[in-house]
Order: sequence, then structure tokens, then C-alpha cells
Amino acid sequence: MLHILPADAHRHDALIRSPNIPDPDGFYEELIESQRLLTDEAAQLMNCKLILLLANHVGDRAVLTQALKAAGGAVK
Amino acid sequence: MMSTYTYPKYPYRISSEQEAGRLVRHPVVVIGAGPVGLTAALDFAARGIPTVVLDDNDTVSVGSRAVCYAKRPLEIWDRLGCGERMVERGISWRIGKVFFEDDLRYQFDLLPEPDHKMPAMINLQQYYLEEFMVEECARQPLVDLRWKHKLLSLQQHEDFATLVVETPDGVFSLEAQWVVACDGANSDTRKMVGAEFTGQAFQDRFLIADVVMKAHFPTERWFWFDPPFHRNQSVLLHRQADDVWRIDFQLGWDADPVEEKKPENIIPRVKAMLGPDAQFELEWASVYQFACRRIDRFRHGRVIFAGDAAHQVSPFGARGANSGVQDVDNLGWKLKLVLDGLAPETLVDTYHDERALAADDNIANSTRSTDFITPKSAMSRRFRNAVLELAQEHPFARPLVNSGRLSTPTPYLASSLNTPDEDAFAGLMAPGTACADAPVRVDGKDGWFLGLLGGGFTVVTFGEAPLGEVRAGGIAAPVLRIGIDAADAKGRLAERYDGADGTTYLIRPDQHVAARWRSFDPDKIQGAITRAIAA
Repeated sequence: MLHILPADAHRHDALIRSPNIPDPDGFYEELIESQRLLTDEAAQLMNCKLILLLANHVGDRAVLTQALKAAGGAVK
Repeated sequence: MMSTYTYPKYPYRISSEQEAGRLVRHPVVVIGAGPVGLTAALDFAARGIPTVVLDDNDTVSVGSRAVCYAKRPLEIWDRLGCGERMVERGISWRIGKVFFEDDLRYQFDLLPEPDHKMPAMINLQQYYLEEFMVEECARQPLVDLRWKHKLLSLQQHEDFATLVVETPDGVFSLEAQWVVACDGANSDTRKMVGAEFTGQAFQDRFLIADVVMKAHFPTERWFWFDPPFHRNQSVLLHRQADDVWRIDFQLGWDADPVEEKKPENIIPRVKAMLGPDAQFELEWASVYQFACRRIDRFRHGRVIFAGDAAHQVSPFGARGANSGVQDVDNLGWKLKLVLDGLAPETLVDTYHDERALAADDNIANSTRSTDFITPKSAMSRRFRNAVLELAQEHPFARPLVNSGRLSTPTPYLASSLNTPDEDAFAGLMAPGTACADAPVRVDGKDGWFLGLLGGGFTVVTFGEAPLGEVRAGGIAAPVLRIGIDAADAKGRLAERYDGADGTTYLIRPDQHVAARWRSFDPDKIQGAITRAIAA
């Protein structure tokens, strides 16, 4: 499979907005499936943990702020 | 309730001015003899300012109250002659444990840097702290500490204020070139000058219980989030002197402060925590709610505000008394230079610039801790719990756990009194930063670097210097040569100050860096002194 890096992947100060997940359908299925047996409350807690794990993986403060904005958060 | 402590009762004495019916103008009058007012008196007196302190009571803090004292205030008290006694009497600790529900989730170590005279933090009941300072005040001829003196009203004039004071002998007036209000969060002085005191009040209540017990707990700070013995709330356990333990229970907004303060309601809470067989006695209890607020301006005419009278923070992080002590450390030398006519009055305004910055920093830190400890929404609580659950297994989550960020000095990096660096330096000692301590040897005797600073401006240079002192206007700054006048006993000065031969620092009278260079240039030092006094 040909893997093409998105144009902005090398810019550390910008949130990647172009497709960057290989196998998008497979990932989406895995995400939904991972919560299938959870109650709403347990899924919410899991979402929180997931956000924290991924935020730490990203690490870049400016990118995290852009992601909060892109998700619709009220960011100053 | 039992008592491990006997409260001193200090004698009221009529002042000679009230007795004689004479109107006297004093250089400085301090309102309030709490930790901040007493520190102010000792600092001002050490700088040569005769200081009158008025307090409406005649004893020390009722209850243990502030409890945690950090390194920088301990260094200030050490300069004022009572730091060693506080450390000796207090409890030093460095391990903190964080529990969530039934389990220990992680622990931290304050890991104090080695080779500092003062520890990172001590726990000591506020009454001991005040008692030691009252005793030190009695040894200082320039401190005039007056108990049972209540300020009734205050009138400002161009270059002084008139204070109307009530004592057991009636009402009299006195004048002050400067009034320093250290009369706490509910400051009457603040109301008298009509200052704004605004911020955020938190809709929560906490119960503080001091219990006396011979406990099996180690000397550590234990913090529980949502423990089985106190569901959905937080609990803090901290050790103080005399086998007194501080337990802090979060109660929620609906709690009835009067009911919760009754021993019959406190004891079951403590038993649920310590077990049914625990042997303890209740010593003191208080129910409080808190707010983060700041005064609009730290100076109103001839009245200057310090401590809780100027800023109030939530208790998480021990940033109340600790920052108040640093307020007066910042103020004393400025007042002295202005009173002596050696600096313009605008120097006093830089007290607001530097300490309002610190207050905002402390408020931001304690507000963040409060939001973590008492989440304001269901989602915020889920994030908090997610952090706590992740912290056990995943190191990345541990720095997100916030049970209070313990007080450290706020550097005045953008202060107008600093001379900006023109040379490159590594390390933390940028202009505006409180000086780090280090071991030294002077005349064959072991000592500490901070013990060599603090009388006035000091020029510290690594190696030889062309002058013994640098003069600017009426100010003389003696030169301290590292390696000649004082040996860098363990190499920590060179390390902490990025010192090489010729490296020169100008240190302010409050032991903060004013300027630094890679070589000794008398003209530049003179310019930096002039700048540091706002001239």
C-alpha cells in the first residue's frame, strides 16, 4: 500500500487536518467496538482517558490548543 | 477539646504618646500582628526603620491555621533571626501520597535540592510561628508592638496618614508617613480606603480538624480523592509539631458550618478515617469556605497592603502566609530608601508591580488546584478521575494530578527594576529571581551564601574585583568576592549562578538578582543600582 505523508505532517506547530489514519474504516470500527459493551458512564470515562493518552502522545501545546478549538471548545 | 498549647497573653501597655496626649508622627505603622505584620516589623526594624505595630488582640493565632511554610519564607525569617527556631520546632517532610478511592495511586518526593540551609517545606502551627516572632520583636529596640490597639478610622493626607486608635485607655490619634496594612482577608483598613477586593468565591466548605494522636502514619502528606471513608469528597492528612495532626475534610456547599463544627459530628468523621479503635483527642476545629481575590492596587496613597489583606487564595499549595511574607520582604527595603530620601517615591509603586504579579500567579495556581480537587461539572470530574486512574500505571498522567502546587517564589522577570541580560547565562538566576542559597566558607567557618546578603545592595563577583564597593547616589554596595572573601565550599555557587571568573551579580536588598554580567564593570553596576531604585 502506498503511504503518502500529508503535506503538513512535518510541521510540528500545526494540527494535522488532512487524512492521516491508514485504514479509516477499520479504525472507526475499532473505536466504536471498543465501547460497545460499556455503559454510557464507563464510555465517558474511557473517552477522557483516551483524550489524555492521545494529548500526551501529541505533546505539542500549540497543536493541543488548535485541536481544542477545532473540536468546538471555547478557547481563548 | 484538649490542648497541647498554652496561649500566651501579652500585656497591654499604654503608649507614652497616648498617656501624654501628644500627637506623634511615626515613619511606619503596621496594622495587624499576624505572620505578615510581625515579619514586616522585624524586616523594617532590621533595615533601621522604627516601626509601630498595632494589634486589636493580645495573643497569637487561635488554632493552627496556616501550618505549611516553604523555603523562601524560611530564608526570610532566617535573615530576621527566627528561621532556625522554626525549623527546629517544625516538622520537615518531603513525601506526598495521593490516594483515589481505595488505592494509593502515586507518590511524589519534593526532592529538595541538596546544599540549601532551609528545607523545602516545614509544618508548624501558626501560633508557634507567631510566638517566636513576637519574642524576636521584643529583642528589637526599633519594634514597638502594641497589643489591644484597634484602628477605628484612617484619614489620608499628602504625605502622611492620621490613624484613630482605641485602647483600653480610650481613643487617641497618631500619624504615620506610611501605613502597612497586614490585617488579613477581612481587612478593615482596606474598607477604610475604599479599595476594591474582587475575584472568585468557591461554593464549597471544608472542615479542618486538629487531632492529637500517637499515630502510625509516617511524616508524609497524604491526600485522598473520593476515599471510602468520605465518599465523593477529598481529605488531607498532615503532621504538625507535638503529635498534632491536621485533617482537612471537604464537605460540599450544602454542609451546615455550625453543625459540622460540633465535636459530636467531627469525631465520627475522624473515626471513619482512622478506624474505630484509634486513640485521638480533638484539639481545634474550624469550618471554612474560600475565595481567590486580589486588591485593585497594593498601594492606596500612604497605605500599603500586604498578605491576605491584599490577596486571598484557596489553601491548596500553602500560598497564603508564604506569599504574604514575601510581600513584606519586597516592601521593606523600598520603604527604607524612600524614607531616607535615597530613592523616589515611585520605587514604592514597583511593590505593586512585583507583588501583584506574584499574587496573580498564586491565584492562578491555587485556582487550578481547586478545579482539580473540587470539579465543577460531571465532565470535569470524569477527567479528574481519568487522570487519577491513569496515574498509577502511566507516568505521563502523574504531573496532571494536582492536589496543590506547593508555594515557590514568583520571579519578577519583567520588572522595571531589572537590568536585562546582555550576556548569555545558563541556569535559573535571571534578573528578578530570588537568589538560591549555597554553602560557603568564610574565615575558615562554614556558612551559607544568603547569610552574606540582605543588608543592602551587594555586588557578588567570582574572583578579583577592582573595587571594594560600588557607589550610586547615596547607596554603597559592598563587593563580595567569591573565592576570596567567601569560598564556594561545594562548587554550588558556580553551578547555580553559572559563575566563571569575572561573572558579576548585583543583588537587591531582598536577595533578588537585579543584574548580571560576564565582567566587572563599575559603570554598568552603578547604572543597574540606579535602575533598581527606580531613580
